[in-house]
Amino acid sequence: MMLSFRNRVALTSILYKEIHRFMRIWVQTLVPPAITISLYFVIFGSLIGKRIGEMGGFDYMSFIVPGLIMMSVITNSYSNVASSFFSAKWQRNVEEMLVAPVPNWVIVAGYVGGGMCRGILVGSIVTLVSLLFVDIQIHNVAVIIITVMLTSAVFALGGLINAIFANSFDDISIIPTFILTPLTYLGGVFYSISLLPEFWQGVSQINPIVYMVNAFRYGFLGISDVSLTVAFTVISLFVVTLFTIAMVLISKGIGLRS
Amino acid sequence: MQAALQISGLKKTYKGGFQAVKGLDLEVQKGDFFALLGPNGAGKSTTIGVITSLVNKTAGTVKVFGHDIDKELDTAKSFLGLVPQEFNFNQFEAPLTILVNQAGYYGVPRQLAFERTEKYLKQLDLWDKRNEPSRNLSGGMKRRLMIARALMHEPQVLILDEPTAGVDIELRRHMWNYLRELNAEGITIILTTHYLEEAEMLCRNIAIIDQGLIVENTSMKALLAKLHVETFVLDIIPTKQTPTLAEYPSRLIDDHTFEVDVDKSQSINDVFIQLTEQGISVQSMRNKSNRLEELFLTLVANNAAPKAKGN
Ligand SMILES: Nc1ncnc2c1ncn2[C@@H]1O[C@H](COP(=O)(O)OP(=O)(O)O)[C@@H](O)[C@H]1O
Ligand SMILES: [Mg+2]
Repeated sequence: MMLSFRNRVALTSILYKEIHRFMRIWVQTLVPPAITISLYFVIFGSLIGKRIGEMGGFDYMSFIVPGLIMMSVITNSYSNVASSFFSAKWQRNVEEMLVAPVPNWVIVAGYVGGGMCRGILVGSIVTLVSLLFVDIQIHNVAVIIITVMLTSAVFALGGLINAIFANSFDDISIIPTFILTPLTYLGGVFYSISLLPEFWQGVSQINPIVYMVNAFRYGFLGISDVSLTVAFTVISLFVVTLFTIAMVLISKGIGLRS
Repeated sequence: MQAALQISGLKKTYKGGFQAVKGLDLEVQKGDFFALLGPNGAGKSTTIGVITSLVNKTAGTVKVFGHDIDKELDTAKSFLGLVPQEFNFNQFEAPLTILVNQAGYYGVPRQLAFERTEKYLKQLDLWDKRNEPSRNLSGGMKRRLMIARALMHEPQVLILDEPTAGVDIELRRHMWNYLRELNAEGITIILTTHYLEEAEMLCRNIAIIDQGLIVENTSMKALLAKLHVETFVLDIIPTKQTPTLAEYPSRLIDDHTFEVDVDKSQSINDVFIQLTEQGISVQSMRNKSNRLEELFLTLVANNAAPKAKGN
């Protein structure tokens, strides 16, 4: 994977195109997460949060902020790549890359990088909006940055794989609706999994989002339901596995070459 | 002369089992203006797809300036510029963005990409539209946008798949002139078409493809000469004498079948005068139909009803 001059230019072009795409349609891509997070704050923070009291030693609003930011990172990095790559297949402009001497890993890296940028940008916007409702403390910046990078990479890769297999626009909303959303809601965003019965705590261990939310929360609050080492290992394994799958699919031309 | 493109034994069977290309051999020389002529469904786009790695081949080899696409794909790709049959750019992006990005995929640095974008958009009369979402362009403009896009990395070989389908006559002539200029600058041009006229106007060499096979591969001149000749089959009463004809190529197939080639500029009367002089009587006569002529009838039928669609 030598980053030759040509590959670097190609990678920058894909990244530029991807960023340009979600910035051009910012009303659809950047504004909704800000509105959603505000609603969460109004409902869970101000209305219900007060009755819940403390969670993990913090007031409820502070407890859920990291998870809410993480939720927006997850959905946005996923849906950015899923819609962009699928639409490139649909309009066939993906052929612009396929006819050019762009290595497959550059295509993957470009799209995934674009998805990460959107995830991280939206995460930052959501963080800024959160500041209107709650004071955010920071325990460990490095943990926050590493977690957000790895998590957005996992879901950007997931979105890419989804788009490779998709044959219609419906196909890119099935996974988010039936898999991503349940996993996120059950991923410890709104509660500490230590509150769950033992059996369900065990089940939660196989939900990758639990590790992401907890590692991220550790970065802000210094508390986590799982060990950081385990969390980073699990998330990194997901990155490597999904990257490999994406590479194999693109090299075989699944959904791209007849 | 160096071969810009060499295809041998190319086969393509699509999923589902349909064999679109059945063992195709083709060679295009550097600097040529080459036509791949054939009716709809002949396998032109499939062949182009394999050359440009948009379609996986089933068998055969493809070399671009000697670089095998199975071994040196990236090198082969960088020689080629493709103008596909269907519009395949992002309709929401503007020409400027589309072109600069395309150059980027070939490793052309951004500054240079902007300079070339300006050059080609101006040459193709699209500079005014550079910031317009490309879905708002007319059909002819979209086609020209794809030509500009294919030129951004200054390829050695430009491949155009039915570039003038749905383009009106006047714009078609503009496009022809532009392609001639590119060819004069040294770019090898390969175009597919089902308009015989187009191949005739532009190309020096031609291959005719039908049902996944090359049925004729020759110079345009030789092909036209061939098409000007009509072959007649004469049923004659067998005699001891072998008929011979001055000025007309002819052959005795068996003792009662005689074939004569008549150029469209010649008169057929003289055939009978000569045969009568030799005491040979002709019982009946018919046109010999050959595959090429049949093919041209289909091509001509296609040309008679072009799917005209705005500009
Ligand atoms: N993706 C595909 N799957 C199955 N059959 C195809 C596919 N693409 C083209 N074909 C078939 O292959 C044949 C050749 O098509 P094509 O190469 O597009 O012809 P042309 O460009 O000469 O009109 C046609 O019969 C067409 O229906
Ligand atoms: Mg075609």
